[in-house]
Amino acid sequence: MSVIVLLIFFSLLVAGGFLAAFLWAVKSGQFEDKYTPSVRILFDNEKESTK
Amino acid sequence: MQISEVVSLKEGTLCYHCGDLCTGGLDIRDGDKHFCCSGCKTVYEILNENDLCKYYEIDRNPGISQKPLDKALKSRFSYLDDELIIKQLTGFTDGNISVVNFSIPQIHCSSCIWLLENLHKLNPAVLHSEVNFLQKIVNIKYKTKELTLREIVELLSAIGYEPQISLSDIENKVKYRSNKSIYYKIGIAGFCFGNVMLLSFPEYLALDGRLEVYYKQFFGWLNLLLGIPVLFYSASDYFKSAWGGIRQKNINIDFPIVLGLVVLFGRSVFEIFTGTGVGFIDSMTGLIFFLLIGKVFQSKTYDALNFERNYKSYFPISVTLKRSGTESSIPVSALKTGDRIVIRNNELIPADAILFSGNANIDYSFVTGESIPVQKVAGEIVYAGGRQSGPAIELEVIRTVSQSYLTQLWNKDAFVKNDEDKFNSLVNVVGKYFTLIILIIAAAAFFYWYPASLRTAINAMTAVLIIACPCGIALTNPFALGNALRILGRNKFYAKNASVVERLSKIDTIIFDKTGTITKTGNAKITFNGSVLSSYEQSLVRSAVRNSTHPLSAKIYNALETAELYDVQEFSELSGKGIEAMVDSRIIRLGSASFAADYRDVLKRTGKKTGSTYSRIFLSIDGSVKGFFVINNIYRSGLEMVTRSLKSNYVLKVLSGDNEGEKENLLGYFESGSDMKFNQSPHDKLEFVKKQQLQGKKVLMVGDGLNDAGALKQSDVGIAISEDITNFSPSCDAILDASEFSNLSKFIGFTRATKHIIIASFVISIIYNIIGVMLAFRSEISPMFAAILMPLSSVSVVLFTITSTNLISKAKGLK
Repeated sequence: MSVIVLLIFFSLLVAGGFLAAFLWAVKSGQFEDKYTPSVRILFDNEKESTK
Repeated sequence: MQISEVVSLKEGTLCYHCGDLCTGGLDIRDGDKHFCCSGCKTVYEILNENDLCKYYEIDRNPGISQKPLDKALKSRFSYLDDELIIKQLTGFTDGNISVVNFSIPQIHCSSCIWLLENLHKLNPAVLHSEVNFLQKIVNIKYKTKELTLREIVELLSAIGYEPQISLSDIENKVKYRSNKSIYYKIGIAGFCFGNVMLLSFPEYLALDGRLEVYYKQFFGWLNLLLGIPVLFYSASDYFKSAWGGIRQKNINIDFPIVLGLVVLFGRSVFEIFTGTGVGFIDSMTGLIFFLLIGKVFQSKTYDALNFERNYKSYFPISVTLKRSGTESSIPVSALKTGDRIVIRNNELIPADAILFSGNANIDYSFVTGESIPVQKVAGEIVYAGGRQSGPAIELEVIRTVSQSYLTQLWNKDAFVKNDEDKFNSLVNVVGKYFTLIILIIAAAAFFYWYPASLRTAINAMTAVLIIACPCGIALTNPFALGNALRILGRNKFYAKNASVVERLSKIDTIIFDKTGTITKTGNAKITFNGSVLSSYEQSLVRSAVRNSTHPLSAKIYNALETAELYDVQEFSELSGKGIEAMVDSRIIRLGSASFAADYRDVLKRTGKKTGSTYSRIFLSIDGSVKGFFVINNIYRSGLEMVTRSLKSNYVLKVLSGDNEGEKENLLGYFESGSDMKFNQSPHDKLEFVKKQQLQGKKVLMVGDGLNDAGALKQSDVGIAISEDITNFSPSCDAILDASEFSNLSKFIGFTRATKHIIIASFVISIIYNIIGVMLAFRSEISPMFAAILMPLSSVSVVLFTITSTNLISKAKGLK
């Protein structure tokens, strides 16, 4: 019986972790620009040429 | 002879930088790469030196043509050395490192992103640069000690991305537009809703057994705990809105929602505390979650567009002040009456002034939509908002920026009022009666059961309030309007918010501005009246106008595109008069009647008095008058269709800042002359709209320039027509891409249909409520029942509104 209480506690903990991740993502501005990163990722990383 | 301006798609060399056709006969090249102008070549050279030519690999011809810009002037950005302006522009600074955002409307392709994010290769003092493509903003982090703001702007300009720095940036820094709090609220509501549903499952399945009571208690407490943040944080906007409504003695749709939520929560708390039940937390969190989703769906935003622009978004920050012979750069807000200012080519005149010296050739397209520049001579008044094209002029300021003819418009009360105040949405009207009826039924239920037992009476009353919670009605508006907003957006009609769609469905009067709205900007039809020009004569004219910088010359040049070019032996341009050129030993004069032709001769030819309404350019060859070019406005294609389909249902009117010259042409499109007003100042337009509204009309204003800004703001719905939607538009409710002008009547028809869908959807959800309330009145309500009825009504309403708006848009021929 009490194992269910324990399970619920852990499930809430895990779900809460995801909630925290989501809130962090919003806060860090990941939802502000939904287009540019999709272009940026296609640019090749060039080797830092002799400078 | 009728030649319209068509860009010829001749096989030719394209500029390596910007992709424009290389014309003009000059071969500007670097190795095997050709350029259309030296500006483009300079940018290429800068990039080439710094190993940034990958720019050209990502997209073909990614650059921006450097032709029209006068890059020579170094002192152009000297105002950026001013401490105060630096402080106002930069976001964060700690003395060593500063962060600044620039709005760069030229950003248009992935090459732009790549180059702007590699600024550190051009100048190592740039630490980091990041582009927001949709909002066209670049965020630059730089070392303050090694690089000044001015140097950054000069660097950006050198590679062809001159930032747009306007007066409004001083007051509000450029920043990303976003609404984080709604995402926080949805995240929390979704999290709690999901968990509450899970914990409520035993109740739905009605599990029997020894353990049930124990779990019921435990789950109940947990639900309550999860419900608290949802009610008090996620739903906080509804509480605020309902409270705001009550304070203004106006009950809106949020009031019955809040009432339902509070009763749901209150009864749940009571049941859980007394151990009599598990409460309705699942329904409550679900309702809030769906409502918030509706809110996000409704608030479709167009990143690249800005609906709130006023003149400050276009006016420069600084102006060159001339005092005792020396020039210095001062902020325009510091301009005083009597100051002497210098306006160079392509600069905007910030305040009303008297032309002191120089040849003013002022383009008011910004203000009026009229693209043909106006010539002014010394002593004349030049109004703010015009753009000088040609050599520098000197002006004496006669009114400060905020008191100028155009900018004064913004001091009117139409600009102070809030949009939403003017309009009572249908949903709030329904909400008001709905609340009243629900309160009556709830009270009736209470008194009906009171003789039996107080407990049943309270149960029945709260059940009515819970079941009657107008979630269906509340969800109809955001989903129907939000979807309509998206459909319109796909068809290049960009509305500011969902309320615009609803307001548009109610209008009965449509007022059009003329220049730039129903006529096409920068695209005029050129006709030649007089003796027919031989191809030899056409060549002479074309060669003569080629050297002129006057925009009318360019139009004639393009109109005669088939003519050959000859060498020009002599050329002179007399400002305000015309041009004189010697081509093939013949003297060509083009210009005003008095300059190019003998006055009496003109009268004989035209048969009319002068003071004509058209722009006429007279032509004489070797002293004999051949005739004159007439530049007529072209009406937008589809204008006839638009007026024909709107005529029957709406009152159409035209307001024009111009004279009556076009009246006869307009009569072909509009019913009678009485609905046209000419010579309207920006203030007149605003007053005219106001007058119509006082007569009880719901006015739609369609305009384009800053001179319509007052009328657009005052009207119930103001639509700005724009050739380039990201570039220029006065503050308005909606922006319509000029290419879709012919669909205007379809758009309005669609919003009307949307209104009918909303009403139908209200009926559906009220039927649900009636069924629910009938059951609740008999006190037969279980959490299970509420948990089924609420989502059912919500989902069916959402599905109904979305499918029907989609179907109607298809039926109307919209994308």
